[in-house]
Amino acid sequence: MARKPEYGLLIDYEYCTGCYTCQVACAQEYQWPAGIGGIQVLEVVQRLPNDRAYLAYLPFPTELCILCAPRTKKGLEPACVKHCMAGCMKYGRLEDLSKELGNKPRMVLWSPR
Amino acid sequence: MGAKDVHIVRTTTWSAGPGCHGGCGVLAHIRDGKLVKLEGDPDHPWNQGRLCARALAMTQYVEHPERLRRPVKRVGKRGEGRWEEISWDEAYDLVEKKMKAIREEFGPESVIFSMGTGRDIGPWICMLAYAFGSPNVMFALSGNACYTPRFAALDTVQGEYSVFDAGQWLPDRYEDPRFEVPACMIVWGYNIPATCPDNLFGHWIIDLMKRGTKIISIDPRLSWFASRAKYWLRLRPGTDAALAMGFLNVIVNEDLYDHGFLEKWTNAAHLIRGDTGKLLRESDLGEGGSGENFVAWDDAANQAAVWDAEQVEYKAPDVKPALSGDCEVTLADGDMVVCHTVWDAFRAEVGKYSLDKVEKITGVQAGDIAQATRFYASSKPASIHWGVPIDMTPAVTPLCQAIASLWALTGNLDVPGGNVFSRFAFDAVAYALPGAEGVIKLKNKEQDKPRIGADRYGPFNKFIWRCQTDLALEQIFTGEPYPIKGLWIQTCNLLGGIGLDPKRWREALKKLDLVVAVDLFMNSTTQYADIVLPAASFLEKDGVRSWWVPLQSINKAITVDECRPDVEINFELARRFDPDFKWKTIRELFDDIIKPSGLTFEELQQKGWAFPPEGHPSCPYRRHEKGLLRADKKPGFQTPTGRFELYSTLREDWGLEPLPHHEEPPLTPVSRPDLAKDYPLILSTGRRSPAFFHAEHRMIPWLREIDPDPVVEIHPDTAAEHGIGNGEWVWVENWMGRVKFKAKVTLVVPTWMVMAAHGWWFPEKPGAEPTLYGVWESNVNQLIPMNAQGKDGLGAPIKHLLCKIYKVGRKEE
Repeated sequence: MARKPEYGLLIDYEYCTGCYTCQVACAQEYQWPAGIGGIQVLEVVQRLPNDRAYLAYLPFPTELCILCAPRTKKGLEPACVKHCMAGCMKYGRLEDLSKELGNKPRMVLWSPR
Repeated sequence: MGAKDVHIVRTTTWSAGPGCHGGCGVLAHIRDGKLVKLEGDPDHPWNQGRLCARALAMTQYVEHPERLRRPVKRVGKRGEGRWEEISWDEAYDLVEKKMKAIREEFGPESVIFSMGTGRDIGPWICMLAYAFGSPNVMFALSGNACYTPRFAALDTVQGEYSVFDAGQWLPDRYEDPRFEVPACMIVWGYNIPATCPDNLFGHWIIDLMKRGTKIISIDPRLSWFASRAKYWLRLRPGTDAALAMGFLNVIVNEDLYDHGFLEKWTNAAHLIRGDTGKLLRESDLGEGGSGENFVAWDDAANQAAVWDAEQVEYKAPDVKPALSGDCEVTLADGDMVVCHTVWDAFRAEVGKYSLDKVEKITGVQAGDIAQATRFYASSKPASIHWGVPIDMTPAVTPLCQAIASLWALTGNLDVPGGNVFSRFAFDAVAYALPGAEGVIKLKNKEQDKPRIGADRYGPFNKFIWRCQTDLALEQIFTGEPYPIKGLWIQTCNLLGGIGLDPKRWREALKKLDLVVAVDLFMNSTTQYADIVLPAASFLEKDGVRSWWVPLQSINKAITVDECRPDVEINFELARRFDPDFKWKTIRELFDDIIKPSGLTFEELQQKGWAFPPEGHPSCPYRRHEKGLLRADKKPGFQTPTGRFELYSTLREDWGLEPLPHHEEPPLTPVSRPDLAKDYPLILSTGRRSPAFFHAEHRMIPWLREIDPDPVVEIHPDTAAEHGIGNGEWVWVENWMGRVKFKAKVTLVVPTWMVMAAHGWWFPEKPGAEPTLYGVWESNVNQLIPMNAQGKDGLGAPIKHLLCKIYKVGRKEE
């Protein structure tokens, strides 16, 4: 089943506020029961020197993420990307997104299952 | 099952549903009369296609199996949880009969009408109360401590409310050439990811940050903003006013203020009598002088000059008012009195807050305060956004005065990218709000006389048309000066959400002859009602929204069983209570409310939303310069002086301190070191969750999954000291009681403070007594007293109490 990944999600985690919109947008789109879904938001509290810390959130596509193929075929954005309150998620070709990855720091590029 | 079976209704979020203060454009996908999906409307300028978790969970909300679907009447004792379904006709007849009987015997004011957070309910609850003849509409939080105090405080000093500018007044938003991106924004006690309160879309601030806005975060918690701020000032909760005074100290002493604004638009030059310490009035100078005119010292003529507040100008031409220095003025009786200026008094007050002193009070380093202040004051434009923690302290008004003075003195008031006046779109106002009179009003002033608290607190006679909540609760027990016999509770969870000291609220409920509740789900409060009526979510109703711009319509997309919109329920009863009720249909009522827009409700529904045109008072900017704020169209503000008041005339009239200042709150380690011996940690409450709006949404699976348990945040060092591990259950205890929380061991809180989530109850547990959906287990409001409101009846100590913590099972008494 090896398939060359073509599309992915670019996440700007500098701006992800942990609003959990992506999680619920996915659940609504596919009517997942609570606790299951195509994307999961992680909270990461990073300890820094001098009693400082950095609070970050990161949407993590799960084994169930199909990059919203039924939506993207119709020219729609994936449900999570469309509703993201911070506008910090982007769907596209990995080739294009990987170029964008260099535009600013604090980004990750996901190529889900 | 194709897409063609689905039709889309375009509408606006507000109230029940996401629970927020609304404004998002949504597209409701409907199939066979059922909601199958809700999406953000990409064409809507408010949210631009985005949508929050709570709105996206609407399919689980509207058809929730526990949803209240028919009117019920109590058949057992109060709290016993035994109900019988009745028809709407029977419900209306019953409520009408019982309420009329109370009105007959005790007068209309003996029924209180209680609401929760201000949403699409305020107009309708006022409509019902006023038709019944009662002025006692109650926002049920102690000290009315959510938004109302901030509104009233700004009305006091600048005549209008104002908010940060994200171009929300302009159809093209950030792209509109009139708009400017603020270079700096102070986010003062506000946690953006969660819930969009205060009629704002929280993520607008993220939009601004992406466009270059730098953040100053003022927060005891490491919020998302604090992590990303250029300056993060971690203050001790309850010391915000001291910090604001520190900012003012730097701005005044380092000459970082806007001299033009100070001289032209504030009452800085008005004189204060040295003998009484009060404003010098024209009436002090001679017979026939007005007590509502003020006096400055004219350096040009070397004599006193009268400021005509009605004309908003000096009576004499070419006055050169002195901003500083003592002067001698001759009074009507010939006596001389030495006076000084408001500006001198303001500077003297500000001068009391050296940064060393502010550091001692707030815990924020003096150097950080100085740097942050310089950055704010030198950034043009700059704005401030404040959250509800501002209201949640008893000395809220002097705190608001201090913060408002910041944006005024830096020249950021009603400028693009600054703090912008937030008028209702087209000045279409539904009901009496701070600073506005709507179409829904009491028949006459006489009916307003018995309003609880109006005789005691100044702002309650000038801006606030609700009862003072702490006094209202007491009056239920005392029956003085008149008995309270009935309570109408609409989408307001007194015991599980808004009520402080909720067991006392339960005693109050038990005492009443009649309790009617209107809600979408049963909760611990509805257990004490005699009749419960099923309300509709925003998708099940028509409505209008003018908070603030644009003017929006809410368009009914579905019907759920026998649930009815609040407006419909109240309209029907209002008609029965008032034979002269003004409107025949709800459509007529909506038309009346939005009349100033020139649109009918039907036209608005077709458009979806409408922006006021340039030149309208509800369209920015610089409206005080253009004469757009005052009814007489003169430049200036709607204050007693017509100026931004650095020294508040109204506060002086009310016998309260007219200048901004800091007061240590009543229950902190500083004010109560005796209590702090037993309860050494600061207990702060009310941090938001993106999954819940206050006490709502605990029954929605997709949302509960995000935030499954009541959580108290504890610093790792503090947790270790108490032998508490992450995820363990702990008691949070003070002199009022104890509540159970799951420990979240996290660096976001300081070692000396814990943050307990609010609004916790468990819809999955039994509703009848004694469980009451587990409302006594983890409702942190049980540790917060009533009756600690500020001197003006506003504010409550909700963010800064004292507690101790210990592991459940380790030290059970």
